[in-house]
Amino acid sequence: MTSRTPAPMAAAAAVGVCFLALPLVGVLVRAPWSDLGRQLTSSSTLTALRISMECSLGALAISIVVGVPLAWLLARREFPGKSVLRALVTVPLVLPPVVGGVALLLAFGRRGLVPLHLAFTTWGAMAAEAFVAMPFLVLTVEGAIASVDDRYEQVAATLGSSPLATFRRVTLPLVMPGLAAGAALAWARALGEFGATITFAGNLPGQTQTLPLDVYATLDRDPSAAVALSLVLLALSAAVLVALRGRWRVSGR
Amino acid sequence: MTLTSTVEVSLGEFHLETTLSARDGDVLALVGPNGSGKSTLLRAFAGLTPMTGSVRVDHQELSTAPPEQRNIGWVPQNAALFPHLTALDNVAYGLGGRRGRPAARDWLRRLGIMNLAGRKPSQLSGGQSQKVALARALARHPRLLLLDEPLSALDVSARVDVRRALRTHLADFDGVTIVVTHDPVDAVTFANRVVALEAGRVVQDASPTEVTRAPRTWWLAQLMGANAFVGHASGGTLLVDGGGMLALPEPVPAAGPALGVVPAHAVTLHREKPRGSARNAWPVVVRELVPAGARVRVQCDGQPAVVAEVTPEAVADLRLADGEQVWASTKATEVTVVLL
Repeated sequence: MTSRTPAPMAAAAAVGVCFLALPLVGVLVRAPWSDLGRQLTSSSTLTALRISMECSLGALAISIVVGVPLAWLLARREFPGKSVLRALVTVPLVLPPVVGGVALLLAFGRRGLVPLHLAFTTWGAMAAEAFVAMPFLVLTVEGAIASVDDRYEQVAATLGSSPLATFRRVTLPLVMPGLAAGAALAWARALGEFGATITFAGNLPGQTQTLPLDVYATLDRDPSAAVALSLVLLALSAAVLVALRGRWRVSGR
Repeated sequence: MTLTSTVEVSLGEFHLETTLSARDGDVLALVGPNGSGKSTLLRAFAGLTPMTGSVRVDHQELSTAPPEQRNIGWVPQNAALFPHLTALDNVAYGLGGRRGRPAARDWLRRLGIMNLAGRKPSQLSGGQSQKVALARALARHPRLLLLDEPLSALDVSARVDVRRALRTHLADFDGVTIVVTHDPVDAVTFANRVVALEAGRVVQDASPTEVTRAPRTWWLAQLMGANAFVGHASGGTLLVDGGGMLALPEPVPAAGPALGVVPAHAVTLHREKPRGSARNAWPVVVRELVPAGARVRVQCDGQPAVVAEVTPEAVADLRLADGEQVWASTKATEVTVVLL
């Protein structure tokens, strides 16, 4: 059967595609290609790149270490307040990042509830990124665990395997694709984090100035440098997208 | 070993309440309609469903122990092999993983599936998966082995193959086995007791012969409404142990011990020696009449002894009563041959 596409639908969709694609094209067209090598190897860019990598990978590590057990609890255990906990995990997804940054200040700032003195340090930038990135990992991994037939875990138990050993030997290998997808999403989100980071950790070159903050700081002063930095972030995002190849939608099946 | 148990499980509207005991080498066929609690009972034994009561194996109370400390083997429906592990590593899982591989190899060899060692579950057929799952459970020398419908998802030829494997290996297994099944042939092939469950209660617990002779409920009568003749098949005939013979629908591929299964409703009774298309006819003596729903089950002595299920009208027409001499007959096409 051939199905016709109504013209208004096609037109609206085309507008949508242009709206999404043109900004990307803009970056590619306006990128200072001839001067790119020098722009990207300048010491301030390399420093921002290093801080971005440290903070985003650190945020990813935090997300995995505490996020995977959290995902397991949500997927496999029944306890009072579970729906509240799930809503709590989702909050950073919908919260404006700048509000997240303010909240982090109130919690872990110098005069926060838990005065860890994280504000305006590299650790603080890492914490801000983990705060916004973790929900992506938790929700993806929870979905992956929930879609694994729990009889595998039950059989493992009858074969003498403790719950922790079962998690390590059965559940974790089976949700690896989901974990990889969740990790990639969380890492990409951490890498692009701006609002919470600048609010909680500031924009201190060499300490908390990540690539997105560098783009923002450079845009006034040296627009072509900002475009070059944007190109780097665009390339990293594209790499994550290619690595995922739509797997995050079908993870765990 | 001995098993004594009183199991109570409440799942919303459903209540299971059973008392069950068994001894060394017992193979119990657990039968019952859908939703009667068969799988739930197995899960309660394995510690996978919250229950009250007691599960004692060799006088040791297990109902308070977590599943990993019970040493009860459980093979769920469709085998549930770990999809990320090879057949060998599935069997080795309960033997300490990699360290258990040599012992796991022995078990694959015993079940005649050593050639499958390196395959992932997705590359195994249903029958092969069941054998691997059986090896995985047996390898830990469980005290109690629970098999949940090991044959239901298999096609006919795989079923014959797995049934033979179960018969062989359950005979060697010295613990207690409980097999959930929907097939009366299973009950008479490898079980020495039939435990019937309906609506969460045990309605009958007896030998297969007894349950076939006098099923306690309509559902059981439907299920067990089959005669099973043990004997030796060669060519197109089955020589029944203890006397008598049956013509088979077609010659068996190889002579050997076999079971001829004939549904009770396919056995007809006659006052005179029947002349007609029924190729199997032999004289019998009526021993007992048992009502079974709207029909009557007639237990007859003879060579071989047989159960016929007839209408009350037939009982009246034939003036059937204890001690009457009549003829039993069945068509050769009604005989299902199970090679043992």
